[in-house]
Amino acid sequence: MTVAEPDPVMENEEGFEVPYHVAITTYFSYGILFIIGTLRDFYRNIMRSGKKVAKGYAPLCRDFEDFYTRRLYNRIQDCFNRPIASAPTNWVDVIERVSYDSNKTLHQTENVRRCLNLGSYNYLGFASHDEYCTPRVLESLNKYGASACSARVDGGTTLLHNELEELVAKYVGKPAAMVYGMGYATNSTTLPALIGKGGLIISDALNHSSIVNGSRGSGAKIKVFQHNTPSHLEQVLREAISQGQARTHRPWKKIIVVIEGIYSMEGELCRLKDIVEVAKKYKAYIYLDEAHSIGAIGKTGKGICELQGVDPANIDVMMGTFTKSFGSCGGYIAGSKELIQYMKSASPAHMYATSMSTPAVQQVISALEVILGLDGSDRGAKKLAQVRENSNYVRIELRNRGFEVLGDMDSPVMPVMLYNPGKIPAFSRECLKRNVAVVVVAFPATPLLLARTRVCMSASHTREDLDQAVKVLSEVGEMCNIKYFPRKASENEKYFWFDQKKLE
Amino acid sequence: MLLLLLLRFCHWVAAALEDDADVTRGGEEFIVAVVVVAVCGVSMAMLVEFKDTVLGMLPDALVTDAVIFGVHIHGHLLLETLLVVVIFYLLLQQSYTPENRALTETEIDQLCEEWTPEPLHPVITDDMEMKTPILESAAGPHTIIDGKDVINMSTADYLGLIGNPKVKEACNAAVEKYGVGACGPRGFYGTMDVHLDFEKKIADFMGTPDSILYSYGLATTTSVIPAFCKAGDLILADDGVNWSLQNGLYLSRSKVKYFKHNDMKDLKARLEEVRKEDKRKKPLNRRFIIVEAIYQNSGQMVPLDELCRLKEEYKFRVLIDESNSIGVLGKTGRGISEHFNISVEKLDIITAVMGHALASEGGICTGSAEVVSHQRLSGSGYCFSAALPPFLASAGIAAVEILENNPQLLSRLHKNISLVHSNLSSVPGIRIGCNKLSPIVFLHLEESASFAEDSSILQRVVDLMLDEGILLSLTKRSLLDNCKLPAAIKVVVTAGHSEEDLLLVTSKLRNVMAKVLRC
Ligand SMILES: Cc1ncc(COP(=O)(O)O)c(C=O)c1O
Repeated sequence: MTVAEPDPVMENEEGFEVPYHVAITTYFSYGILFIIGTLRDFYRNIMRSGKKVAKGYAPLCRDFEDFYTRRLYNRIQDCFNRPIASAPTNWVDVIERVSYDSNKTLHQTENVRRCLNLGSYNYLGFASHDEYCTPRVLESLNKYGASACSARVDGGTTLLHNELEELVAKYVGKPAAMVYGMGYATNSTTLPALIGKGGLIISDALNHSSIVNGSRGSGAKIKVFQHNTPSHLEQVLREAISQGQARTHRPWKKIIVVIEGIYSMEGELCRLKDIVEVAKKYKAYIYLDEAHSIGAIGKTGKGICELQGVDPANIDVMMGTFTKSFGSCGGYIAGSKELIQYMKSASPAHMYATSMSTPAVQQVISALEVILGLDGSDRGAKKLAQVRENSNYVRIELRNRGFEVLGDMDSPVMPVMLYNPGKIPAFSRECLKRNVAVVVVAFPATPLLLARTRVCMSASHTREDLDQAVKVLSEVGEMCNIKYFPRKASENEKYFWFDQKKLE
Repeated sequence: MLLLLLLRFCHWVAAALEDDADVTRGGEEFIVAVVVVAVCGVSMAMLVEFKDTVLGMLPDALVTDAVIFGVHIHGHLLLETLLVVVIFYLLLQQSYTPENRALTETEIDQLCEEWTPEPLHPVITDDMEMKTPILESAAGPHTIIDGKDVINMSTADYLGLIGNPKVKEACNAAVEKYGVGACGPRGFYGTMDVHLDFEKKIADFMGTPDSILYSYGLATTTSVIPAFCKAGDLILADDGVNWSLQNGLYLSRSKVKYFKHNDMKDLKARLEEVRKEDKRKKPLNRRFIIVEAIYQNSGQMVPLDELCRLKEEYKFRVLIDESNSIGVLGKTGRGISEHFNISVEKLDIITAVMGHALASEGGICTGSAEVVSHQRLSGSGYCFSAALPPFLASAGIAAVEILENNPQLLSRLHKNISLVHSNLSSVPGIRIGCNKLSPIVFLHLEESASFAEDSSILQRVVDLMLDEGILLSLTKRSLLDNCKLPAAIKVVVTAGHSEEDLLLVTSKLRNVMAKVLRC
């Protein structure tokens, strides 16, 4: 059999290679959606002229701000926010919803559908009842209650909070750490405390919204470098340092390079080694967000540093969240003792926000103990090996079937490109019909053109689960015609896969 | 010639658009050229006017018609030719190109070499050292610190729900069923039925059409404000609002005017200013007044009746943070609107943290269906963060149910608050600086100096009180916080405190204050 040549490709601003015919049909589809939406808005404006907002007030939501929601999102909103009635583990009970007004509003029904879960960030399988964690969580719940109802500095610090901070520091390999009640707030309050006016934040183009908001909130100047491209980072750094601040040309006070371990919408691993080298060369500080990589990759789950053999001492601020691998909530930063001491005296989330829920703290402690083998079993190591094996198995299987799978080997996040807006709901609904719950991602989480579905692997998925997942995805992929690269797994991928095996 | 001028002009404009550092030089040059042309033009006109006079003064040889190469050269023709030549010379002259000032690679290398950044964080000083009490048991009315039982006056569990068996039961069941974390944002299978139940529960309780649940209190207002206010919109905010609101205001990029803390006269003055500006040109932008029901930073209560009058008169919307009033104010704990007997619909957006009276975690925003549904795609902290752990939503549901079924909790809270207020008002050396219904009692020094000086004295009081077995807390200010209100000791009153506890707090505080003020 001959291997089909991939289509001629067109590169867009992010370096994605979109096949020409796909790009054209996608633009065309959005064009039609836009025209129809505008027509509908036109009628809407005629119809509702009676019930405008109270006189003298501007409308709460501007029409154009809402256009996307009204005319695009609402049509397919049944693919998002699907409520579930069980723990978010490998199989979930998805509550069925119906709409009586062509998808404007959805109503829950009594029915649930048991689905294979390919959406949750449950990398290590700590989302559901766990023989080691759950009893301890319940015990802490009994002892401390659900919340301490006070900020960390006032009366919100319990023994458990301090224990977790020490454990996290030890785990990530930094002298000290502090925990927050939410991952998003960790980023959005830490960055403003680290840098302000006269500073420069150089941020990866695809960084998470919490980083973007934290950077904006800091008042520092923000520059962006091409996603995961150390050479462009170097270019930006050279230009920034040699030119200094805009207009005054004063030298920058400090420069922080902000990157992520695994990019959650790309499934890509950070090229940490090269980026660290560049940043060190130009004396910039590194802020590494390990939300998706901590606990998910690396031989003992210590994240991207361990996987790529980078000494954590090279990273100035290590940030991560507990919402993913650890099946809890909250976030942490780890760094030097002084840094943490300073942050504890400056971070608004530490000083004003309700401290992290105590049972959630216990959940992270127990999960970390399992990962580190402190529970006296090898479950942690097995989980880590399992999630890696599952990820690589499914990634290869999907690639072999011709899907355009983004991301790197070993990453448990696997985006599969859909592109066409019509394929977003089609893919999601058809999978749901076949009892597979997938996540489809569209604007605003991705650029308009690059809609995708995202498969997240978990250690709790069994081989049967995976085979079923691949079977259903392949079937639906055939239907939706999203196998953009019908070809065999290329040789070097296989090679890479064996290479990695050998390394261990 | 005009064409040439035009070309030069275009060149200049292009340079300006490119934001060239040397535009101004190009601009100057252009202006010089224009001036030269103008001067030449004027002198030409004058020459034509006063030809005879001028010509009379010139030597004959020039003026008399000469014949050069068979062409008759008239006097003024000669001058005009000269003029044209001059202009052409000026215009054709090599345009001023800024010397190519791009740095060479070696220069850049040197600059990079020379640049020394500031350290990542400032030098650690003693006042960054924070003494944090470490709790060894639940944060109930009594707790254990350093193995010692203390009366806990620093937990915002206003209704005394920590340790409540019903809440515990609800949490236990939820942990068994759903696990701890939601493992995904609300959009992607992070929504559990309990989240939706809680949203409905709190909306029903407040009497609003709908509500939305955030996974952390701090991230609620920082997301809600930018979801509704963008560049070009106008916000009038109290200058004592908490950091979370400040952050939301900053991120919104709207125009923000601050009015004096809880001062409706000043608010009115600001509103008048706005009205005056409107006379010139009234943009149809969104306008909000942003306040807190009971201020986290001062314990003051906003005069809602006055505020609602103003808001309606000047056509503003209101965003009000009810973190310290839901479950506290009103006969049934429905917050400030109930207290003032004002319809809840008048408050366009209500936010609250769940870490206070509801004894859980997370944040809520409630209001009209439009307010809520807009946030489901635009609330940054809602879309881009994992959902609240389901057991905390269950705790919230249980808390609301308990509040609905046990009105005596509220009356006990109200009784305790008034008891503490009346007791503490007689302690010498301090002054109560908050509304008498505030569950957080703010104690300021009677003779107040700066924030830092007050803090150090009050910190001594707090430390000594802890030795006496009473946990109080002190106002702390992050360096990111713009609030300028004075330092205070915060005494947080809950329904769980017994009368003896509260009396003990007063008598101990009296002793400690006497001790501290003496030295
Ligand atoms: C890179 C990154 N940082 C931070 C967060 C926010 O974490 P949390 O969900 O705990 O708020 C996420 C989660 O989506 C993330 O992907």
